[in-house]
Amino acid sequence: MAGYVVRRVLGMVLLLFLLTLTVFFLFSMMPADPARLTCGKACSPAVIESNRRHLELDIPPIEQYQRFVTGIFVGRTFSKDSPRPIECEAPCLGYSFLRNQQVLTMIVRAAPVTFWLAIGGFVTWMTVGLTLGIVAALKRGHWQDRTVMGIALVGYSLPSFFIGLVLIFFVILDWHLLPLPQGFKSPFEDPGKFVQTMLLPWITIATLNAAFYMRLTRNQVLEVFGEDYIRTARAKGLPERTVVIKHALRAGLTPIVTAAGLDLAYLLGGAIITENIFSLPGLGSLAIGSVLASDLPLITGITLVTATVIIFANLVVDLLYAVVDPRVRVG
Amino acid sequence: MITSNEVAGSVQHSPARPFLSIENLAVSFNTEDGVVRAIDGVSVALERGKTLAVVGESGSGKSVTAQAIMGLVRSMGGHVSGEIWLDDQELTRLQPEEVQALRGSEMAMIFQDPMSSLHPFYRIGDQIVEAILAHRKIGKAKARKETLDMLRHVGIPAAERRIDAYPHQLSGGMRQRVMIGMALINSPQLLIADEPTTALDVTVQAQILDLISTLKEEFGTTVILITHDLGIVADVADEVAVMYGGRLVEVGPTSTLYEQPEMPYTLGLLSSIPRMDRELPKRLDPIRGNPPSPIKLPPGCVFQPRCNYSDRVPNGACLDVRPELLPTAPDHLVRCHLPAEERRQISEEVRRILAGAVR
Repeated sequence: MAGYVVRRVLGMVLLLFLLTLTVFFLFSMMPADPARLTCGKACSPAVIESNRRHLELDIPPIEQYQRFVTGIFVGRTFSKDSPRPIECEAPCLGYSFLRNQQVLTMIVRAAPVTFWLAIGGFVTWMTVGLTLGIVAALKRGHWQDRTVMGIALVGYSLPSFFIGLVLIFFVILDWHLLPLPQGFKSPFEDPGKFVQTMLLPWITIATLNAAFYMRLTRNQVLEVFGEDYIRTARAKGLPERTVVIKHALRAGLTPIVTAAGLDLAYLLGGAIITENIFSLPGLGSLAIGSVLASDLPLITGITLVTATVIIFANLVVDLLYAVVDPRVRVG
Repeated sequence: MITSNEVAGSVQHSPARPFLSIENLAVSFNTEDGVVRAIDGVSVALERGKTLAVVGESGSGKSVTAQAIMGLVRSMGGHVSGEIWLDDQELTRLQPEEVQALRGSEMAMIFQDPMSSLHPFYRIGDQIVEAILAHRKIGKAKARKETLDMLRHVGIPAAERRIDAYPHQLSGGMRQRVMIGMALINSPQLLIADEPTTALDVTVQAQILDLISTLKEEFGTTVILITHDLGIVADVADEVAVMYGGRLVEVGPTSTLYEQPEMPYTLGLLSSIPRMDRELPKRLDPIRGNPPSPIKLPPGCVFQPRCNYSDRVPNGACLDVRPELLPTAPDHLVRCHLPAEERRQISEEVRRILAGAVR
């Protein structure tokens, strides 16, 4: 098991290396000139040249990448020969000259918003999705099943921008059930405001996934109910409740819960549409802003962080699966 | 003792009911294609401590009969009618919780595929302990001790290590031994073995059958052995019931069924047993065609479309009259339109061909 983990972590590091390399060179080939973007409308060629030197864009890309990687491990200094050099301590993900901020600082500021958005959405969709999915499976063919599958179909068909806008229109503007969102508040700072702000984003995020998980759960549980070991459990004379919970759900939900880990990780990379609709300053908003502004250092930094989260989640999910399903245990 | 629904009256007059007595049992399922009558009018009786073999092809209703006895048909959405008397208790009229209390304690079942019949996520020891605790209020440690003893008893080597193994770490034969141990852990009166050797290697099959017979003697268990292999029945069973199309077609003591089979279907089954002791290589003589669809059974004798001898029946009764299960000798019931004389003659012909091929 330990050897397996070591192998997986090494593979993870290699993957991240290749990933940053790809992102770095992909974006360095962009037609937009970052040096031109850093100065305003009336900009003399001399200023652009000087900016280019400050941005370290005058050196070959391979050297730029070298400095980028060095910066992650030991930190680096931007604009060394200018009167105001910029210190960037390790782990340095770069410096955005467009916003005059360190990339890491911006990510750290945006991450909690995305984190809470993802966690809340995740809890909502898992609760709703699993519960209704299980109910549908246990009441297969009855009205409960039909209702749940109807809900799932509707939820599945609605795009999240539509759900978000409809929620804002009715819940906030028409029915005045919630105040207009006034920016993100940390749950430790102001729990009431936090929930008020996040409730609709959570529902928006959860709808699509809940619909998906309802169907997934129903199918999984029904499939397990057909397994021979469920018949064995009944033949032992176990109460139906034990048969369902201990035997059927344990086997049926395991793959779902692990798959959910990956969906959560994906969400932690930022929910671009939902964050935009509700003006939440999370990673998704940051990412879309950086792309629209061709802010290369920021794009690279966000991609790196997001990819790390997803790759790491993959590892955790795989290890978790080995814990819950004895058949996939190695070594 | 064997009885059919036609002679069931004699059972009711006798002061004591046989240990297991099934009377006119029918199971049907509603499907999208129509009502499936999986079994119809099955009546069987079995004395305590005896072994009944239920023989027939896939889809003949053997497993459904077993699951009806275990009370597992309702959870599959089936409708049961008729009566099942086990030890003077009528099972079909009991509440689901009452049948549940009997399952695994009074009656237990072993299934066809030991690979998939054990829960892959739980240790085999824990699965047996669970069966104990479902019916008896004893401590966990005591239940585990009992489990260990049972694993040794069913011939699991290094049982103290294997008790904590997961099913996938055991071979098919070992898993079937675990299933047998799990079934017998609460000393059931009735053990139903549903094709317990079908999924196993030939060498392991004999071991498992031996184990079942030995334990049956030891525990005094009544056994219903369901199989499609008449070859394994002879050594194990006291009585044989041959099923076809959801009905019993021939019932009798094992020796009678082997020595004087009368129903053409039974003869067909006997002819299709591969034999190692033939002098001349002879092709197996299978029963032609396939079992009928339970949704659309033939209007006459359900076996008629595959029967080699139906043209010997006068008036073509096989085509439109359902034959009844009637006694041809005491304890020997046959469902066939052929006159008794004709049946015995055919039986003799077939057995001569079979015997002639033997050294």
